[in-house]
Amino acid sequence: MIEVRALHKSFGEAPVLRGVDLTIREGETLVIIGRSGGGKSVLLKHLCGLLKPDSGQVLVDGLDIVPLSEDELVPVRKKFGFLFQGAALFDSLTLYDNVAFPLREERRSEAEIERAVMEMLELVDLAQARDKKPAELSGGMRKRAGLARACVRRPKYLLYDEPTTGLDPIRADNINELILRMRDHLKVTGVAVTHDMTSAYKIADRMAMLHEGRIYAEGTPAEIRESRDRIVYQFIHGIADMKMKQETTHGIATVR
Amino acid sequence: MQAVLARTGQAVLGQLAQLGQLLLLFLDILRQIVTHRPRIRETVEQLYRIGWQSQVVVLITGAFTGMVFAVQTYHQFHKVKMDTAVGPVVSVAMTRELAPVLTALMVAGRVGAAIAAELGTMKVTEQLDALRTMGTSPVNYLAVPRFVALLIALPFLTAEAMAFGIFAGYVVAVHMMGVDEAYFLKHMFEFTDLKDVMSGLVKAVFFAVFIALISCHKGFTAGEGAEGVGRATTQAVVSSSLTVLMANFFIAVLFNAIIPP
Ligand SMILES: Nc1ncnc2c1ncn2[C@@H]1O[C@H](COP(=O)(O)OP(=O)(O)OP(=O)(O)O)[C@@H](O)[C@H]1O
Ligand SMILES: [Mg+2]
Repeated sequence: MIEVRALHKSFGEAPVLRGVDLTIREGETLVIIGRSGGGKSVLLKHLCGLLKPDSGQVLVDGLDIVPLSEDELVPVRKKFGFLFQGAALFDSLTLYDNVAFPLREERRSEAEIERAVMEMLELVDLAQARDKKPAELSGGMRKRAGLARACVRRPKYLLYDEPTTGLDPIRADNINELILRMRDHLKVTGVAVTHDMTSAYKIADRMAMLHEGRIYAEGTPAEIRESRDRIVYQFIHGIADMKMKQETTHGIATVR
Repeated sequence: MQAVLARTGQAVLGQLAQLGQLLLLFLDILRQIVTHRPRIRETVEQLYRIGWQSQVVVLITGAFTGMVFAVQTYHQFHKVKMDTAVGPVVSVAMTRELAPVLTALMVAGRVGAAIAAELGTMKVTEQLDALRTMGTSPVNYLAVPRFVALLIALPFLTAEAMAFGIFAGYVVAVHMMGVDEAYFLKHMFEFTDLKDVMSGLVKAVFFAVFIALISCHKGFTAGEGAEGVGRATTQAVVSSSLTVLMANFFIAVLFNAIIPP
């Protein structure tokens, strides 16, 4: 279980997180939605200690990771896999070496590494591209490779930063299927950040909306979808501004 | 007036903060070298890219510097009938000053830019964050191999520049200007000490530390996007070049105080 308590974070003068409280339960996939630049990636990076908050707590299985040093965080981070927004594959390494990287760092035997890497590459359907460099791959393939690398150590928690953004609907759905497969087969607890609502509804057990630096709404996908709250409604239906929309409708009506 | 003072104060504080960060990076690198197993593969690769591939640039720099120095000093000494003084002047200048400084400047331009650009790109594409989530310190995986490679490569490159510069100076003086070969060599060896060569090589060690630290630091702290990487690259080259030039002066003063020439 991951618990976030009263998390505050600013960059310079600009506050990004202003008191986030959130609980991620064992075995679920929680989807965090919110507008671009709202601090979703920043929140995700706090969960595994990549960023330090100005104040607040992040409890991973009951341990507050905020005061831990980079060295002390190593065992905590073993529990995490992170799929970055741009996949963040290492340019200089082949796909195989990328996925093998976390295992090599743990000094596992090459035979064991080969078995684990090929299993993951098959799971994400990239076994035939094992010797390609990231630059030779399409965006979707890179995301899948990033997913394979994030999962190869069998983490307990998987953090997905916009897993489907920038992909066509078919490939996006492909990733959604993979995320579900990770949850069901590897029993991972997932936290995904996205503004792709189709994907959100498909993979979420629970959803939380980040708005103005706080968790504004929280609930099952059905509850969020049915919400009558103006801000939630606007966001999930992609309406830029309700008032403006009404004005334009009026405008069109008058022209007619 | 107050605004000017405030701005100057801020600039000074900014510089001090940078200096502090560089020192912390240096300590972290030393700690990683002591506490972690060495990364042979990455270090060898960096040695190849930093050391081996810089040779052509460094040799050309050394040779032409030795040549132009021989030509210029020849014309001056010729007026006072001291032609053979060209030998010791070229060799002492090359070993003590020109080879270490010019080699370091060329390497700062070539290697410093490459390091800052590569690490900066990794920063903005979240590859550094990816390393950290996998429990690998970017300092250990990226900075240490580059630091060690520079520390080994720069003294060798400097020695090569010394040798080529002196040899090129000899060719120009003896075979083009007609300086007497025997006296040229005799005076050269008489007035050039091992001390001169060593002082040049020790300087190279210091310069390697500065270039590695500054370039890695600029890469690790690159700002957002392609623009951030571009700025980090420029700053890495400018800062490490200026640091080399300024440090050269202070090291020279220090050396002369410890071991009088
Ligand atoms: N390392 C940083 N330094 C300074 N500012 C930052 C940093 N990281 C994020 N920010 C700022 O924090 C804010 C939130 O950024 P974040 O990347 O979390 O947004 P996001 O919700 O993930 O948006 P998107 O959907 O576009 O990815 C932005 O205004 C960004 O400029
Ligand atoms: Mg983001």
